[in-house]
Amino acid sequence: MQLFSESLQTAFYLIVSGNSDLFEIIMLSIKVSLTSLFGSIVIGLPLGAFLAIHRFRLRSIILSILNALMGMPPVVVGLIVYLYLSRSGPLGFLSLLYTPTAMIIAQMLLVIPIIAALSAQIIEDLHIEYRDLFRSLNVSTFKAIMAYIIDAKMSLLTVILAGFGRAISEVGAVSIVGGNIDHLTRVMTTAIALETSRGNLSLALALGFILLAIALGVNIFAVKVKNWAMDR
Amino acid sequence: MFETNYSEASFKFELIPIKLRSVSFQKLGNNLIDNISLSINSKGITIILGPNGAGKSILMRLLHGLEKPSSGEVLFNGINLNNTIRLKQAMVFQNAVLLRRTAIENLSFVASLQRPKQTSNLNKLLQEVGLYEKKNLPARRLSGGEKQRLSLARALVSRPEILLLDEPTASLDPYSVQMIETLLIKLRNQNTKIIFITHDLNQARRLAEDIIFIHKGKLEAYQSAREFFNNPESKFAQAFVQGKLIF
Repeated sequence: MQLFSESLQTAFYLIVSGNSDLFEIIMLSIKVSLTSLFGSIVIGLPLGAFLAIHRFRLRSIILSILNALMGMPPVVVGLIVYLYLSRSGPLGFLSLLYTPTAMIIAQMLLVIPIIAALSAQIIEDLHIEYRDLFRSLNVSTFKAIMAYIIDAKMSLLTVILAGFGRAISEVGAVSIVGGNIDHLTRVMTTAIALETSRGNLSLALALGFILLAIALGVNIFAVKVKNWAMDR
Repeated sequence: MFETNYSEASFKFELIPIKLRSVSFQKLGNNLIDNISLSINSKGITIILGPNGAGKSILMRLLHGLEKPSSGEVLFNGINLNNTIRLKQAMVFQNAVLLRRTAIENLSFVASLQRPKQTSNLNKLLQEVGLYEKKNLPARRLSGGEKQRLSLARALVSRPEILLLDEPTASLDPYSVQMIETLLIKLRNQNTKIIFITHDLNQARRLAEDIIFIHKGKLEAYQSAREFFNNPESKFAQAFVQGKLIF
């Protein structure tokens, strides 16, 4: 218990003292996670919508793969991205290894399956409900997808939150492709791992509390938005 | 008064007569519609009657192009059913399918699809179905009767020449039934062709100009309403009118 109270005090002190290193880590964590989340939404949502409303031969196989990828260990994703981006890899010429961009790519590979698979299920349910109406009204595929996304926005918000949770809490992949380099690729999770390995448990736990507070804050904000929208 | 202003063009009954030529529809080996041929020439309200599972909804879906006949053809004024013809129709489904938006947004969605942009006054349509006061409420919060009235209002946004209604008044309160019936009569007077499925014989007596009676996918009778109720063409229709069980 003493460790927890010390950690809380340390976290509080780190925040109120305006520790620049800490804020740099927090800002990079948020920047990397939000960027990867945005990229995952841009790719995952249309992919999910496409899989929801079209019937084709490989559809169930693709959905099964996406479902399986939702549980893929981050270190495996990190390793794959590492192999592609390392100097001898096929994308080595881009020199992206140990940069925030590499971390964003790794996180996107983890988040896209979540967004695509879950949104496909949500949109498919809506598609079944709206299908006859939209056929009756001769609604184009594009307008139908837009309507599904608008009408399922609350459920999709939950999916996006799940994606954000996966991105911001992830450590295995970003430490492999980012390298946890101070002032360059160090994020909350890799900093926690580092401080733990150094035996600095109080600071590690303090960073954990801050990470938890960020995740909680985002979720509270989302719930508020959801309630606001439900009341309308 | 129902004041939605239909253009002169929609008063010409361009899609009548409606003809089914040897139409059959099979699904999973079952003959759901069995070689139906008929020609609907009336410009009033045509009611489709029949016991549960007779194939009434399938017949309506075939008329609207939501299902394709396994054989035979559906013709509107001699032209095979196509997208252009379907856009001149509107269908109200048995279970009101409403977008997860407000009542007025359900109408404006359909209005946004119209090319050229239609001029129906959406607020006036909501007034006609008694929902103007609830126009900003989410459609999902409306009662069953209100949802069905909203579906009807939405169907009218496109100013259809043919209005297809699949049991729109099933299990509704008398107020909603009366409101829908009044609206349908006004629409009929404005020369909208209405095809309507119901189980309610009294409703059929009130509204129908002619009646299609089907049983087990077969056309058993197609008569004017007066003839149908006085002298039904088939024994099944006769039993149905008399309220007897038919198998």
